[in-house]
Amino acid sequence: MSCQLASDSILYANGIYRLVYEIVGVVLPCWVAYAIAGLVFAFILVNAVLLGAAVITWGERRVLGRFQNRVGPNRWGPFGLFQPVADLVKLLTKEDLRPEGSDRVVFSLVPVLMVAPLILMTAVVPFARNTALASLNVGVLFILAVSSITSVAIFMAGWSSNNRYAMFGAARAVAVLISYEIPVVLSLLGVVMVAASMSLGTIVEAQALPFFLVQPLAFLVFMAGMSAELNRSPFDVAEAESEIIAGYHTEYSGVRFALIQAAEFGGVGVVAAIAATLFLGGWSGPWSEYLGWLWFLIKTGIIVFLFIWFRATYPRLRIDQIMAFSWKFLLPLAMVNLVVVTLEVFLLRGDDGVLTHTDLAIMAAINLAVTVIAIAVFGNLIKDRVTFRTRQPQQVVVPGVSTIEVS
Amino acid sequence: MPVVQDLAFWILSVVAIAAALGVVLVKDLFRSALLLAVVFISVAGFFVLMSAEFLAVVQVLIYVGAISVLFIFGIMLTRNVREGNVPNRLQIPAVMCASLLLVGMIAAAINTDWRPIPEAAAQMVDAAQTQSVAGATVGGPGAGYGEQDTGLAELLIGDFVLPFEAVSLLLLAALIGGLALARSRGS
Repeated sequence: MSCQLASDSILYANGIYRLVYEIVGVVLPCWVAYAIAGLVFAFILVNAVLLGAAVITWGERRVLGRFQNRVGPNRWGPFGLFQPVADLVKLLTKEDLRPEGSDRVVFSLVPVLMVAPLILMTAVVPFARNTALASLNVGVLFILAVSSITSVAIFMAGWSSNNRYAMFGAARAVAVLISYEIPVVLSLLGVVMVAASMSLGTIVEAQALPFFLVQPLAFLVFMAGMSAELNRSPFDVAEAESEIIAGYHTEYSGVRFALIQAAEFGGVGVVAAIAATLFLGGWSGPWSEYLGWLWFLIKTGIIVFLFIWFRATYPRLRIDQIMAFSWKFLLPLAMVNLVVVTLEVFLLRGDDGVLTHTDLAIMAAINLAVTVIAIAVFGNLIKDRVTFRTRQPQQVVVPGVSTIEVS
Repeated sequence: MPVVQDLAFWILSVVAIAAALGVVLVKDLFRSALLLAVVFISVAGFFVLMSAEFLAVVQVLIYVGAISVLFIFGIMLTRNVREGNVPNRLQIPAVMCASLLLVGMIAAAINTDWRPIPEAAAQMVDAAQTQSVAGATVGGPGAGYGEQDTGLAELLIGDFVLPFEAVSLLLLAALIGGLALARSRGS
Protein backbone atom coordinates (compact mmCIF):
# COMPACT_ATOMS: atom_id res chain seq x y z
CA MET A 1 0.00 0.00 0.00
CA SER A 2 1.38 3.38 -0.85
CA CYS A 3 -0.01 6.80 -0.14
CA GLN A 4 0.07 9.78 -2.43
CA LEU A 5 -0.80 13.32 -1.44
CA ALA A 6 -3.20 14.99 -3.78
CA SER A 7 -1.19 17.38 -5.90
CA ASP A 8 -3.58 20.24 -5.14
CA SER A 9 -3.13 19.71 -1.38
CA ILE A 10 -1.34 22.49 0.44
CA LEU A 11 0.99 19.91 1.98
CA TYR A 12 2.04 18.60 -1.44
CA ALA A 13 4.54 21.38 -1.98
CA ASN A 14 6.03 20.89 1.50
CA GLY A 15 9.08 18.77 0.61
CA ILE A 16 9.93 17.41 4.06
CA TYR A 17 6.35 16.58 4.86
CA ARG A 18 5.73 14.83 1.55
CA LEU A 19 8.94 12.81 1.79
CA VAL A 20 8.11 11.44 5.24
CA TYR A 21 4.49 10.88 4.27
CA GLU A 22 5.34 8.86 1.20
CA ILE A 23 8.04 6.76 2.88
CA VAL A 24 5.85 5.92 5.88
CA GLY A 25 2.86 5.45 3.63
CA VAL A 26 4.52 2.48 1.92
CA VAL A 27 4.25 0.29 5.00
CA LEU A 28 1.55 1.86 7.15
CA PRO A 29 -2.02 3.07 6.54
CA CYS A 30 -2.38 6.58 5.18
CA TRP A 31 -3.82 8.21 8.28
CA VAL A 32 -0.88 6.91 10.34
CA ALA A 33 1.47 8.34 7.73
CA TYR A 34 -0.42 11.63 7.93
CA ALA A 35 0.08 11.78 11.70
CA ILE A 36 3.70 10.61 11.64
CA ALA A 37 4.70 13.13 8.97
CA GLY A 38 3.20 15.92 11.05
CA LEU A 39 4.94 14.68 14.20
CA VAL A 40 8.29 14.43 12.42
CA PHE A 41 7.94 18.00 11.23
CA ALA A 42 6.97 19.16 14.72
CA PHE A 43 9.95 17.23 16.14
CA ILE A 44 12.26 19.06 13.73
CA LEU A 45 10.77 22.41 14.80
CA VAL A 46 11.16 21.70 18.53
CA ASN A 47 14.78 20.74 18.05
CA ALA A 48 15.42 23.70 15.78
CA VAL A 49 14.18 26.05 18.51
CA LEU A 50 16.21 24.41 21.28
CA LEU A 51 19.34 24.03 19.16
CA GLY A 52 18.91 27.61 18.02
CA ALA A 53 18.69 28.70 21.66
CA ALA A 54 21.95 26.86 22.41
CA VAL A 55 23.75 28.41 19.44
CA ILE A 56 22.43 31.87 20.36
CA THR A 57 23.70 31.61 23.95
CA TRP A 58 27.13 30.81 22.55
CA GLY A 59 26.92 33.45 19.81
CA GLU A 60 25.71 36.12 22.20
CA ARG A 61 28.53 35.55 24.63
CA ARG A 62 31.13 35.50 21.88
CA VAL A 63 29.80 38.61 20.14
CA LEU A 64 29.34 40.47 23.42
CA GLY A 65 32.92 39.53 24.23
CA ARG A 66 34.08 41.09 20.97
CA PHE A 67 32.03 44.23 21.66
CA GLN A 68 33.54 44.52 25.11
CA ASN A 69 37.08 43.89 23.88
CA ARG A 70 37.46 40.52 25.56
CA VAL A 71 37.53 36.94 24.35
CA GLY A 72 34.34 35.26 25.52
CA PRO A 73 34.01 31.52 26.07
CA ASN A 74 36.64 29.77 23.93
CA ARG A 75 37.77 26.76 25.95
CA TRP A 76 35.73 23.82 24.80
CA GLY A 77 35.51 22.88 21.16
CA PRO A 78 36.43 25.05 18.20
CA PHE A 79 35.81 28.71 19.12
CA GLY A 80 34.19 27.46 22.32
CA LEU A 81 31.31 26.08 20.31
CA PHE A 82 30.55 23.34 22.85
CA GLN A 83 30.10 25.86 25.64
CA PRO A 84 26.26 25.49 25.66
CA VAL A 85 26.67 21.73 26.20
CA ALA A 86 28.85 22.40 29.21
CA ASP A 87 26.35 24.95 30.50
CA LEU A 88 23.51 22.49 30.11
CA VAL A 89 25.37 19.69 31.90
CA LYS A 90 26.14 22.10 34.72
CA LEU A 91 22.50 23.18 35.02
CA LEU A 92 21.18 19.62 34.86
CA THR A 93 23.40 18.49 37.73
CA LYS A 94 22.35 21.36 39.96
CA GLU A 95 19.80 20.85 42.69
CA ASP A 96 16.25 21.57 41.63
CA LEU A 97 15.06 23.83 44.43
CA ARG A 98 11.51 24.85 45.13
CA PRO A 99 10.98 27.62 47.65
CA GLU A 100 8.95 27.00 50.76
CA GLY A 101 5.40 28.29 50.59
CA SER A 102 5.39 28.22 46.80
CA ASP A 103 2.46 27.00 44.77
CA ARG A 104 4.00 23.73 43.58
CA VAL A 105 1.79 22.98 40.58
CA VAL A 106 1.89 26.49 39.15
CA PHE A 107 5.60 26.79 39.87
CA SER A 108 6.39 23.61 37.94
CA LEU A 109 4.17 24.50 34.99
CA VAL A 110 5.96 27.77 34.24
CA PRO A 111 9.02 26.49 32.35
CA VAL A 112 6.77 24.45 30.06
CA LEU A 113 4.48 27.41 29.45
CA MET A 114 7.47 29.59 28.61
CA VAL A 115 8.80 27.24 25.92
CA ALA A 116 5.52 26.04 24.40
CA PRO A 117 4.40 29.35 22.79
CA LEU A 118 7.78 29.70 21.07
CA ILE A 119 7.48 26.31 19.47
CA LEU A 120 3.90 27.04 18.47
CA MET A 121 5.05 30.27 16.82
CA THR A 122 7.54 28.43 14.61
CA ALA A 123 4.69 26.31 13.25
CA VAL A 124 3.57 29.07 10.87
CA VAL A 125 7.02 30.32 9.80
CA PRO A 126 7.90 29.16 6.28
CA PHE A 127 11.49 27.88 6.05
CA ALA A 128 11.37 27.54 2.28
CA ARG A 129 8.65 27.91 -0.32
CA ASN A 130 5.50 26.30 1.14
CA THR A 131 7.51 24.59 3.88
CA ALA A 132 5.72 25.45 7.08
CA LEU A 133 4.04 23.04 9.46
CA ALA A 134 0.77 24.95 9.16
CA SER A 135 0.25 27.62 6.55
CA LEU A 136 -2.51 29.45 8.40
CA ASN A 137 -4.30 32.24 6.62
CA VAL A 138 -4.18 34.24 9.87
CA GLY A 139 -0.49 33.52 10.51
CA VAL A 140 0.52 36.98 11.74
CA LEU A 141 -2.36 37.13 14.20
CA PHE A 142 -1.60 33.59 15.32
CA ILE A 143 1.95 34.62 16.22
CA LEU A 144 0.70 37.63 18.19
CA ALA A 145 -1.96 35.58 19.99
CA VAL A 146 0.35 32.76 20.96
CA SER A 147 3.09 35.11 22.12
CA SER A 148 0.60 36.81 24.45
CA ILE A 149 0.38 33.57 26.47
CA THR A 150 3.92 34.31 27.71
CA SER A 151 2.66 37.13 29.91
CA VAL A 152 0.42 34.70 31.81
CA ALA A 153 3.40 32.37 32.28
CA ILE A 154 5.52 35.21 33.64
CA PHE A 155 2.78 36.12 36.09
CA MET A 156 2.57 32.50 37.19
CA ALA A 157 6.31 32.47 37.84
CA GLY A 158 6.19 35.68 39.87
CA TRP A 159 3.17 34.68 41.90
CA SER A 160 4.03 31.07 42.65
CA SER A 161 7.61 31.81 43.73
CA ASN A 162 6.40 33.41 46.95
CA ASN A 163 9.15 36.00 46.60
CA ARG A 164 8.82 39.77 46.51
CA TYR A 165 11.51 40.24 43.90
CA ALA A 166 9.96 37.62 41.65
CA MET A 167 6.61 39.41 41.93
CA PHE A 168 8.16 42.80 41.14
CA GLY A 169 9.97 41.30 38.18
CA ALA A 170 6.77 39.71 36.89
CA ALA A 171 4.78 42.95 37.28
CA ARG A 172 7.46 44.89 35.43
CA ALA A 173 7.78 42.28 32.69
CA VAL A 174 4.05 42.15 32.09
CA ALA A 175 3.73 45.94 32.11
CA VAL A 176 6.42 46.11 29.44
CA LEU A 177 4.81 43.27 27.45
CA ILE A 178 1.38 44.93 27.40
CA SER A 179 2.74 48.36 26.49
CA TYR A 180 4.94 47.20 23.64
CA GLU A 181 2.34 44.85 22.21
CA ILE A 182 0.43 47.82 20.77
CA PRO A 183 3.15 49.46 18.63
CA VAL A 184 4.30 46.02 17.45
CA VAL A 185 0.79 45.08 16.34
CA LEU A 186 0.34 48.42 14.58
CA SER A 187 3.66 48.06 12.79
CA LEU A 188 2.68 44.61 11.59
CA LEU A 189 -0.61 45.97 10.33
CA GLY A 190 1.30 48.01 7.75
CA VAL A 191 3.05 44.85 6.54
CA VAL A 192 -0.25 43.00 6.35
CA MET A 193 -1.79 45.82 4.33
CA VAL A 194 0.94 45.94 1.71
CA ALA A 195 1.06 42.17 1.39
CA ALA A 196 -2.77 41.99 1.46
CA SER A 197 -2.56 38.82 3.48
CA MET A 198 -1.88 37.60 7.00
CA SER A 199 -0.37 34.34 5.80
CA LEU A 200 3.40 34.38 6.26
CA GLY A 201 3.95 32.49 3.03
CA THR A 202 2.02 35.08 1.02
CA ILE A 203 3.81 37.92 2.82
CA VAL A 204 7.17 36.46 1.72
CA GLU A 205 5.97 36.17 -1.86
CA ALA A 206 4.70 39.75 -1.79
CA GLN A 207 8.17 41.08 -0.99
CA ALA A 208 9.42 41.91 -4.45
CA LEU A 209 11.22 44.58 -2.50
CA PRO A 210 11.96 43.54 1.10
CA PHE A 211 9.58 45.27 3.50
CA PHE A 212 12.33 46.74 5.66
CA LEU A 213 12.99 49.00 2.67
CA VAL A 214 9.32 49.58 1.90
CA GLN A 215 8.46 50.37 5.53
CA PRO A 216 11.62 51.25 7.44
CA LEU A 217 9.53 52.82 10.19
CA ALA A 218 7.58 49.64 10.80
CA PHE A 219 10.80 47.65 10.87
CA LEU A 220 12.36 49.96 13.46
CA VAL A 221 9.25 49.92 15.64
CA PHE A 222 9.04 46.15 15.37
CA MET A 223 12.68 45.63 16.32
CA ALA A 224 12.53 48.03 19.26
CA GLY A 225 9.23 46.61 20.47
CA MET A 226 10.44 43.06 20.16
CA SER A 227 13.66 43.71 22.09
CA ALA A 228 11.43 45.04 24.85
CA GLU A 229 9.06 42.08 24.69
CA LEU A 230 11.97 39.68 24.86
CA ASN A 231 13.16 41.45 28.02
CA ARG A 232 16.48 42.21 26.46
CA SER A 233 18.80 45.01 27.35
CA PRO A 234 18.24 48.02 27.17
CA PHE A 235 14.68 47.09 28.21
CA ASP A 236 15.58 44.41 30.75
CA VAL A 237 14.23 46.06 33.90
CA ALA A 238 12.26 42.88 34.54
CA GLU A 239 15.47 41.12 35.48
CA ALA A 240 17.66 44.03 36.42
CA GLU A 241 20.31 42.27 38.46
CA SER A 242 21.26 45.33 40.46
CA GLU A 243 17.68 46.02 41.51
CA ILE A 244 15.59 42.87 41.79
CA ILE A 245 18.06 39.94 41.60
CA ALA A 246 16.84 38.09 38.51
CA GLY A 247 13.21 39.14 38.30
CA TYR A 248 10.49 36.57 37.86
CA HIS A 249 12.86 33.59 37.59
CA THR A 250 14.79 34.37 40.77
CA GLU A 251 13.67 31.16 42.46
CA TYR A 252 14.24 28.80 39.56
CA SER A 253 17.24 26.51 39.50
CA GLY A 254 18.48 23.39 37.76
CA VAL A 255 16.45 22.01 34.87
CA ARG A 256 13.67 24.55 35.24
CA PHE A 257 16.14 27.42 35.05
CA ALA A 258 17.69 25.81 31.98
CA LEU A 259 14.25 25.69 30.32
CA ILE A 260 13.52 29.33 31.14
CA GLN A 261 16.90 30.35 29.74
CA ALA A 262 16.20 28.25 26.65
CA ALA A 263 12.90 30.10 26.29
CA GLU A 264 14.63 33.48 26.52
CA PHE A 265 17.34 32.74 24.00
CA GLY A 266 15.06 30.61 21.85
CA GLY A 267 12.71 33.58 21.85
CA VAL A 268 15.42 35.68 20.27
CA GLY A 269 15.84 33.09 17.55
CA VAL A 270 12.11 32.70 16.88
CA VAL A 271 11.47 36.44 16.81
CA ALA A 272 14.45 36.87 14.51
CA ALA A 273 13.00 34.22 12.20
CA ILE A 274 9.66 36.04 12.20
CA ALA A 275 11.31 39.41 11.54
CA ALA A 276 13.32 37.86 8.72
CA THR A 277 10.12 36.47 7.23
CA LEU A 278 8.07 39.63 7.57
CA PHE A 279 10.67 42.27 6.74
CA LEU A 280 13.69 40.72 5.02
CA GLY A 281 11.90 38.53 2.53
CA GLY A 282 12.22 35.19 4.35
CA TRP A 283 13.36 32.38 2.10
CA SER A 284 13.42 34.42 -1.09
CA GLY A 285 16.87 35.03 -2.52
CA PRO A 286 18.93 34.69 -5.68
CA TRP A 287 20.02 31.40 -7.28
CA SER A 288 18.33 28.10 -6.87
CA GLU A 289 14.98 27.79 -5.17
CA TYR A 290 16.40 24.93 -3.09
CA LEU A 291 18.63 27.42 -1.27
CA GLY A 292 15.61 29.05 0.42
CA TRP A 293 16.48 27.58 3.82
CA LEU A 294 20.00 29.04 3.54
CA TRP A 295 18.72 32.56 2.85
CA PHE A 296 16.26 32.16 5.66
CA LEU A 297 19.00 31.13 8.08
CA ILE A 298 21.32 33.95 6.97
CA LYS A 299 18.60 36.55 7.39
CA THR A 300 17.64 35.16 10.79
CA GLY A 301 21.28 35.31 11.80
CA ILE A 302 21.49 38.96 10.74
CA ILE A 303 18.51 39.84 12.94
CA VAL A 304 19.93 37.90 15.90
CA PHE A 305 23.16 39.84 15.45
CA LEU A 306 21.16 43.09 15.47
CA PHE A 307 19.53 42.11 18.77
CA ILE A 308 22.95 41.36 20.30
CA TRP A 309 24.25 44.64 18.91
CA PHE A 310 21.40 46.58 20.61
CA ARG A 311 22.18 44.83 23.85
CA ALA A 312 25.87 45.61 23.66
CA THR A 313 25.31 49.26 22.77
CA TYR A 314 22.64 50.76 25.02
CA PRO A 315 22.59 51.09 28.80
CA ARG A 316 19.53 49.92 30.68
CA LEU A 317 16.57 52.32 30.79
CA ARG A 318 14.49 53.13 33.83
CA ILE A 319 10.95 51.75 33.91
CA ASP A 320 9.38 55.19 33.36
CA GLN A 321 11.68 55.81 30.41
CA ILE A 322 10.66 52.47 28.95
CA MET A 323 6.99 53.34 29.28
CA ALA A 324 7.53 56.81 27.80
CA PHE A 325 9.50 55.29 24.93
CA SER A 326 6.64 52.95 24.09
CA TRP A 327 3.64 55.25 24.53
CA LYS A 328 5.12 58.55 23.42
CA PHE A 329 7.59 57.47 20.77
CA LEU A 330 6.93 54.03 19.28
CA LEU A 331 3.15 54.30 19.31
CA PRO A 332 3.01 57.62 17.38
CA LEU A 333 5.62 56.30 14.95
CA ALA A 334 3.58 53.16 14.36
CA MET A 335 0.49 55.33 13.79
CA VAL A 336 2.34 57.56 11.32
CA ASN A 337 3.53 54.47 9.47
CA LEU A 338 0.03 53.04 9.39
CA VAL A 339 -1.57 56.21 8.03
CA VAL A 340 1.14 56.78 5.42
CA VAL A 341 1.08 53.17 4.23
CA THR A 342 -2.71 53.16 4.07
CA LEU A 343 -2.69 56.27 1.89
CA GLU A 344 0.05 54.89 -0.34
CA VAL A 345 -1.66 51.55 -0.80
CA PHE A 346 -4.93 53.31 -1.53
CA LEU A 347 -3.40 55.66 -4.12
CA LEU A 348 -0.82 53.41 -5.77
CA ARG A 349 -2.51 50.07 -6.26
CA GLY A 350 -3.88 49.38 -9.68
CA ASP A 351 -7.47 48.64 -10.57
CA ASP A 352 -6.83 44.95 -9.92
CA GLY A 353 -5.71 45.81 -6.40
CA VAL A 354 -2.11 44.77 -7.02
CA LEU A 355 1.00 46.74 -6.12
CA THR A 356 3.73 46.44 -8.72
CA HIS A 357 7.47 46.49 -8.16
CA THR A 358 7.56 50.19 -9.13
CA ASP A 359 4.83 50.99 -6.64
CA LEU A 360 6.87 49.35 -3.90
CA ALA A 361 9.94 51.33 -4.92
CA ILE A 362 7.96 54.60 -4.79
CA MET A 363 6.65 53.62 -1.37
CA ALA A 364 10.18 52.87 -0.20
CA ALA A 365 11.40 56.31 -1.27
CA ILE A 366 8.49 58.16 0.37
CA ASN A 367 8.63 56.09 3.54
CA LEU A 368 12.35 56.61 3.98
CA ALA A 369 11.77 60.37 4.06
CA VAL A 370 8.77 59.92 6.38
CA THR A 371 10.88 57.76 8.68
CA VAL A 372 13.62 60.36 9.02
CA ILE A 373 11.16 63.20 9.58
CA ALA A 374 8.96 61.27 12.02
CA ILE A 375 11.87 60.09 14.13
CA ALA A 376 13.34 63.59 14.22
CA VAL A 377 10.02 65.19 15.22
CA PHE A 378 8.91 62.68 17.84
CA GLY A 379 12.42 62.18 19.14
CA ASN A 380 12.60 65.91 19.77
CA LEU A 381 9.20 65.93 21.46
CA ILE A 382 10.06 63.33 24.09
CA LYS A 383 13.72 64.23 24.45
CA ASP A 384 13.44 65.70 27.92
CA ARG A 385 11.24 62.80 29.05
CA VAL A 386 13.76 60.13 28.25
CA THR A 387 17.10 61.77 28.87
CA PHE A 388 18.40 61.49 32.38
CA ARG A 389 17.40 64.45 34.49
CA THR A 390 18.09 64.85 38.17
CA ARG A 391 15.17 66.29 40.02
CA GLN A 392 15.70 69.22 42.30
CA PRO A 393 15.14 67.99 45.84
CA GLN A 394 12.24 69.77 47.46
CA GLN A 395 12.68 71.21 50.89
CA VAL A 396 9.86 70.18 53.19
CA VAL A 397 9.77 71.88 56.52
CA VAL A 398 8.16 69.88 59.29
CA PRO A 399 7.83 71.63 62.61
CA GLY A 400 9.98 70.13 65.26
CA VAL A 401 12.00 68.01 62.87
CA SER A 402 15.15 69.05 61.11
CA THR A 403 14.67 69.68 57.38
CA ILE A 404 14.07 66.51 55.34
CA GLU A 405 14.48 66.13 51.62
CA VAL A 406 11.78 64.68 49.48
CA SER A 407 12.81 63.92 45.98
CA MET B 1 -11.12 13.22 9.19
CA PRO B 2 -14.30 13.18 11.29
CA VAL B 3 -12.89 10.69 13.85
CA VAL B 4 -10.02 12.98 14.74
CA GLN B 5 -12.41 15.91 14.95
CA ASP B 6 -14.75 14.02 17.26
CA LEU B 7 -11.84 13.05 19.46
CA ALA B 8 -10.63 16.66 19.59
CA PHE B 9 -14.16 17.82 20.38
CA TRP B 10 -14.50 15.45 23.34
CA ILE B 11 -11.06 16.24 24.72
CA LEU B 12 -11.78 19.95 24.45
CA SER B 13 -15.21 19.54 26.03
CA VAL B 14 -13.87 17.61 29.01
CA VAL B 15 -11.04 20.11 29.51
CA ALA B 16 -13.35 23.10 29.16
CA ILE B 17 -15.97 21.79 31.59
CA ALA B 18 -13.42 20.57 34.13
CA ALA B 19 -11.59 23.89 34.02
CA ALA B 20 -14.85 25.83 34.28
CA LEU B 21 -15.82 23.83 37.36
CA GLY B 22 -12.35 24.46 38.72
CA VAL B 23 -12.77 28.21 38.27
CA VAL B 24 -15.75 28.14 40.60
CA LEU B 25 -14.67 25.46 43.05
CA VAL B 26 -10.96 26.15 43.59
CA LYS B 27 -10.34 28.23 46.70
CA ASP B 28 -7.16 29.92 45.48
CA LEU B 29 -8.19 32.97 43.43
CA PHE B 30 -4.99 32.98 41.40
CA ARG B 31 -5.52 29.39 40.34
CA SER B 32 -9.12 30.17 39.38
CA ALA B 33 -7.89 32.93 37.12
CA LEU B 34 -5.43 30.52 35.48
CA LEU B 35 -8.17 27.92 35.02
CA LEU B 36 -10.30 30.62 33.41
CA ALA B 37 -7.49 31.09 30.88
CA VAL B 38 -7.66 27.33 30.21
CA VAL B 39 -11.40 27.65 29.56
CA PHE B 40 -10.75 30.47 27.09
CA ILE B 41 -8.12 28.43 25.25
CA SER B 42 -10.43 25.41 24.96
CA VAL B 43 -13.17 27.66 23.57
CA ALA B 44 -10.63 28.82 20.99
CA GLY B 45 -10.14 25.14 20.20
CA PHE B 46 -13.88 24.81 19.49
CA PHE B 47 -13.65 27.73 17.10
CA VAL B 48 -10.83 25.98 15.24
CA LEU B 49 -12.97 22.84 14.99
CA MET B 50 -15.68 24.94 13.37
CA SER B 51 -12.96 26.18 10.98
CA ALA B 52 -13.21 29.73 12.29
CA GLU B 53 -9.47 30.23 12.68
CA PHE B 54 -9.72 33.99 12.81
CA LEU B 55 -12.16 33.89 15.69
CA ALA B 56 -10.01 31.34 17.52
CA VAL B 57 -6.88 33.44 17.20
CA VAL B 58 -8.68 36.59 18.31
CA GLN B 59 -10.15 34.66 21.24
CA VAL B 60 -6.66 33.73 22.44
CA LEU B 61 -5.31 37.20 21.76
CA ILE B 62 -8.02 39.05 23.66
CA TYR B 63 -9.22 36.66 26.33
CA VAL B 64 -5.96 34.96 27.27
CA GLY B 65 -3.55 37.74 26.42
CA ALA B 66 -5.55 40.65 27.77
CA ILE B 67 -8.51 39.70 29.96
CA SER B 68 -6.78 36.96 31.97
CA VAL B 69 -3.82 39.26 32.53
CA LEU B 70 -6.22 41.96 33.67
CA PHE B 71 -7.80 39.55 36.17
CA ILE B 72 -4.40 38.53 37.47
CA PHE B 73 -3.38 42.16 37.87
CA GLY B 74 -6.61 42.69 39.80
CA ILE B 75 -5.91 39.72 42.06
CA MET B 76 -2.37 40.94 42.60
CA LEU B 77 -3.69 44.26 43.88
CA THR B 78 -6.25 42.62 46.18
CA ARG B 79 -5.53 42.28 49.86
CA ASN B 80 -5.89 38.95 51.66
CA VAL B 81 -6.01 36.87 48.50
CA ARG B 82 -4.91 33.75 50.33
CA GLU B 83 -8.22 33.64 52.19
CA GLY B 84 -9.99 32.89 48.94
CA ASN B 85 -13.49 34.00 48.13
CA VAL B 86 -14.84 35.50 51.31
CA PRO B 87 -18.68 35.36 51.31
CA ASN B 88 -20.46 38.68 51.56
CA ARG B 89 -23.93 40.23 51.32
CA LEU B 90 -24.05 39.93 47.55
CA GLN B 91 -24.39 36.14 47.64
CA ILE B 92 -28.16 36.01 47.15
CA PRO B 93 -28.31 38.53 44.26
CA ALA B 94 -25.38 36.70 42.65
CA VAL B 95 -27.21 33.37 42.88
CA MET B 96 -30.30 34.96 41.34
CA CYS B 97 -28.39 36.53 38.48
CA ALA B 98 -26.51 33.31 37.76
CA SER B 99 -29.72 31.25 37.77
CA LEU B 100 -31.48 33.68 35.46
CA LEU B 101 -28.52 33.61 33.09
CA LEU B 102 -28.43 29.81 33.17
CA VAL B 103 -32.16 29.56 32.42
CA GLY B 104 -31.81 32.06 29.59
CA MET B 105 -28.87 30.23 28.04
CA ILE B 106 -30.56 26.83 28.29
CA ALA B 107 -33.68 28.31 26.68
CA ALA B 108 -31.57 29.79 23.89
CA ALA B 109 -29.74 26.49 23.35
CA ILE B 110 -33.02 24.55 23.15
CA ASN B 111 -34.74 27.00 20.86
CA THR B 112 -31.86 27.37 18.42
CA ASP B 113 -32.28 25.50 15.15
CA TRP B 114 -29.05 23.43 15.19
CA ARG B 115 -28.83 22.51 11.53
CA PRO B 116 -25.46 22.04 9.87
CA ILE B 117 -25.03 24.86 7.37
CA PRO B 118 -25.63 23.85 3.75
CA GLU B 119 -22.68 23.19 1.47
CA ALA B 120 -22.96 26.45 -0.48
CA ALA B 121 -23.04 28.55 2.67
CA ALA B 122 -20.08 26.62 4.06
CA GLN B 123 -18.07 27.48 0.98
CA MET B 124 -19.02 31.12 1.35
CA VAL B 125 -17.88 31.09 4.97
CA ASP B 126 -14.58 29.50 3.94
CA ALA B 127 -14.08 32.10 1.25
CA ALA B 128 -14.85 34.86 3.73
CA GLN B 129 -12.30 33.50 6.16
CA THR B 130 -9.63 33.09 3.55
CA GLN B 131 -9.84 36.81 3.10
CA SER B 132 -8.03 37.94 6.17
CA VAL B 133 -9.54 40.99 7.79
CA ALA B 134 -7.17 43.63 6.54
CA GLY B 135 -6.45 41.81 3.31
CA ALA B 136 -10.05 41.93 2.30
CA THR B 137 -10.16 45.61 1.45
CA VAL B 138 -6.77 46.27 -0.09
CA GLY B 139 -4.96 44.40 -2.78
CA GLY B 140 -1.33 43.53 -3.12
CA PRO B 141 1.19 41.54 -5.13
CA GLY B 142 0.91 37.81 -5.12
CA ALA B 143 -2.49 37.93 -3.55
CA GLY B 144 -4.92 39.47 -5.97
CA TYR B 145 -7.54 39.70 -3.26
CA GLY B 146 -8.57 43.10 -4.55
CA GLU B 147 -11.48 42.03 -6.67
CA GLN B 148 -13.12 39.59 -4.25
CA ASP B 149 -13.60 41.97 -1.39
CA THR B 150 -15.88 40.10 0.95
CA GLY B 151 -15.40 38.88 4.46
CA LEU B 152 -15.31 40.25 7.91
CA ALA B 153 -13.79 43.62 7.00
CA GLU B 154 -16.54 44.32 4.49
CA LEU B 155 -19.16 43.54 7.12
CA LEU B 156 -17.46 45.63 9.79
CA ILE B 157 -16.96 48.69 7.64
CA GLY B 158 -20.17 48.17 5.67
CA ASP B 159 -23.30 46.79 7.28
CA PHE B 160 -22.18 47.05 10.89
CA VAL B 161 -20.35 50.35 10.71
CA LEU B 162 -22.58 52.01 13.32
CA PRO B 163 -22.13 49.42 16.08
CA PHE B 164 -18.43 49.27 15.19
CA GLU B 165 -18.00 53.00 15.65
CA ALA B 166 -20.17 52.97 18.79
CA VAL B 167 -17.94 50.32 20.34
CA SER B 168 -14.82 52.31 19.53
CA LEU B 169 -16.40 55.39 21.09
CA LEU B 170 -17.25 53.37 24.19
CA LEU B 171 -13.67 52.15 24.43
CA LEU B 172 -12.38 55.68 24.06
CA ALA B 173 -14.70 56.84 26.83
CA ALA B 174 -13.49 54.00 29.06
CA LEU B 175 -9.89 54.94 28.29
CA ILE B 176 -10.41 58.57 29.20
CA GLY B 177 -12.33 57.56 32.31
CA GLY B 178 -9.49 55.28 33.35
CA LEU B 179 -6.99 58.08 32.82
CA ALA B 180 -9.10 60.51 34.86
CA LEU B 181 -9.37 58.01 37.71
CA ALA B 182 -5.69 57.10 37.64
CA ARG B 183 -4.46 60.68 37.64
CA SER B 184 -3.50 61.72 41.07
CA ARG B 185 -5.58 64.57 42.43
CA GLY B 186 -4.24 68.04 41.85
CA SER B 187 -1.59 67.13 39.27
